[in-house]
Amino acid sequence: MLRLEKRASPSVFWERASPFLAVALTMVAGGIMFWILGKNPFEAIRTIFWDPLFNDQFAAYSRPQLLVKAAPLILIAIGLSLGFRAGIWNIGAEGQYIMGAIFGAAAGLAVYPVESRLIFPVMIVAGAFGGFLWAMIPALLKTVFRTNEILVSLLLVYVAQNILAMMALGALRNPEGGGFPGSRNLSQIPSMANPELVAGTGMHWGVVAAFMAVIAGYILLQRHILGFQIKLAGQAPKAARFAGVSPARLVVMCLGISGVLAGLAGVFEVTGPAGQISIDFNVGYGFTAIIVAFLGRLNPVGILFAGLLMALTYIGGELAQLMLGLPSAAIQAFQGMLLFFLLGTDLLTNFRVRLAKREVA
Amino acid sequence: MKRRTLLATAALGLGLTFGGAAMAQDKTKACFVYVGPIGDGGWTYQHHQGALAVQEAFGDKVEIAFQENVPEGADAERVLTQMALSGCNIIFTTSFGYMDATNAVAAKFPDIKFEHATGYKREHPNVSTYNARFYEGRAVQGHIAGKMTKSNKIGYIASFPIPEVIMGINSYYLHAKKVNPAVELSIVWAFTWFDPAKEADAAKALIDQGVDVIASHTDSTAPLAEAAKTNGAVIGFGQASDMAEYKDGPRVSSIIDNWAPYYVKRVSALMDGSYAQADAWEGIAGGEVEIGEITALVPAEVKAEAEAMRDAIAAGTYHPFTGPINKQDGSVWLADGAVAPDGDLLGMNFYVEGIVGEIPQ
Repeated sequence: MLRLEKRASPSVFWERASPFLAVALTMVAGGIMFWILGKNPFEAIRTIFWDPLFNDQFAAYSRPQLLVKAAPLILIAIGLSLGFRAGIWNIGAEGQYIMGAIFGAAAGLAVYPVESRLIFPVMIVAGAFGGFLWAMIPALLKTVFRTNEILVSLLLVYVAQNILAMMALGALRNPEGGGFPGSRNLSQIPSMANPELVAGTGMHWGVVAAFMAVIAGYILLQRHILGFQIKLAGQAPKAARFAGVSPARLVVMCLGISGVLAGLAGVFEVTGPAGQISIDFNVGYGFTAIIVAFLGRLNPVGILFAGLLMALTYIGGELAQLMLGLPSAAIQAFQGMLLFFLLGTDLLTNFRVRLAKREVA
Repeated sequence: MKRRTLLATAALGLGLTFGGAAMAQDKTKACFVYVGPIGDGGWTYQHHQGALAVQEAFGDKVEIAFQENVPEGADAERVLTQMALSGCNIIFTTSFGYMDATNAVAAKFPDIKFEHATGYKREHPNVSTYNARFYEGRAVQGHIAGKMTKSNKIGYIASFPIPEVIMGINSYYLHAKKVNPAVELSIVWAFTWFDPAKEADAAKALIDQGVDVIASHTDSTAPLAEAAKTNGAVIGFGQASDMAEYKDGPRVSSIIDNWAPYYVKRVSALMDGSYAQADAWEGIAGGEVEIGEITALVPAEVKAEAEAMRDAIAAGTYHPFTGPINKQDGSVWLADGAVAPDGDLLGMNFYVEGIVGEIPQ
């Protein structure tokens, strides 16, 4: 019989090691699933994890694409991780991401067809502001009325989605688009575009921002008083209060920062890879970033790698569909397994598994 | 064809000038990008049937590959590029939202043919577009609806206010009105292509208003399921797929999207070297729009009339938009005997005279 025994203090080893174990278990369980589906499990796993990086035919293209796909995930996850550390649960980054894209696109399209170098920076600021504004709703409701930020931020995602549809069909619709929903293609308008900075690298301003966020997040947590307060509030809320940490201020700061970063991710995406405001502009980065934040142990450097790994499963998953004919649902299940096993193996951080002797009655 | 090394060019950062990346092969590879899951009916399912028909028609000489659930926007461009790199010779992108991505990727792969469904942008010589004249099927449905309604109230569940949909509404209404001058049309905008819950709500709203014939431009069987609850008081039509499971119930006919003839024709042309850029828009005559079996619920005489109309459209002796037709505001659109030019239809943003309500903006 297996028995769980609570550790006196969380295991540092298992906190670091559990993501790796989770990835390994996902490969095994996923492999079994692929095998049941009648595919060669080794080939499927190789296609997902190896081919995007090293296949002769694809790698030159898909390697830079990893950055493109990972950038919004990392940017959003860095913001979320700060709140999660302090016990402030922003589940609505998807909505903040949408609002960032809408505000950013609207700021640019408002002056169309004026061409100026100033437009893009203004759009970025507008996007950050849009995300911030949307995050402030749950923040203020929590600090003033003590509402639950999990519910409010989550439900605001659906509000944002409806605003997005309204914008794609109405105010931001391309007047030259023959009545079809969707804005002008921002990536084709020079002063609004967020292009690849160096051809063939996938590097666009959003990727640069993601790297900067990782560094800033690291410094904040290691060196800055706010980082200390966040960690303290998460680990010992009472002690934090005695130390003079204002819970209300922390809520506003954490939700505000995550809103700004999600908004930035939205505006970089809409001006770059996505190109336009459309009804299905959002594809779930805000939710996937929650997985990325935890997979990265709420640590900025961890999040960087977790974001890249997540992007790898997306791109590799697409290749597996294309090359091996795996159904897309199987790929989604595979990604779901990753979170499932991560949560499962996290148990090892706080508990010790002991082999208990069966007691004879 | 010699396999080219893509790695070197991209790694040097000389820009992603992809050549024909096709591997040495004798087979023609036809690839398909789907916006939804294949499932067992509806828009994507019908495209997949077309893909299977290609395989069937050419057997060993072709290889087909496809990817489901590809979001419109940034992901589409990556999926298309990976398909191109994997050696596809012709790629069918089967949703309107892939328009910009299709053209962007086509620019990088001039040797690969791209076929975009329902779009209007052909920015490069290797991009063709194709669509079907679904309004021809709507004319037949309108005729049946006008004859069958007892309350003189007929309904339409519309998806998005785009020319494609407005064309269908106008055609449906004109032909109902022609055989039943007292008929009134109610339109509900669902703002979705597929959402069983919303479609069911729309159907309920129409039934509550006294509507007894419902046509829909959305993909699910939910409207028919609602109609079935009325014990024969309300009838409807299958959309995209035949929806034959409701044949014993409210489904009296259907419009079936049949992409097989077009797909087979294009792949065949590619194989024998006669392929040329096209803007295809075929209908009942080309076999792309099929009228599903008219059931016994419809009197034999009405059925015969409906089939005669179908045959006249196929023979080219009747055009569903033949003047005199006025616009909703009373101004003349088509003079007596005039036939609507395709350009008017493709940009249609007005209702015809007699329809109450406004097109949502």
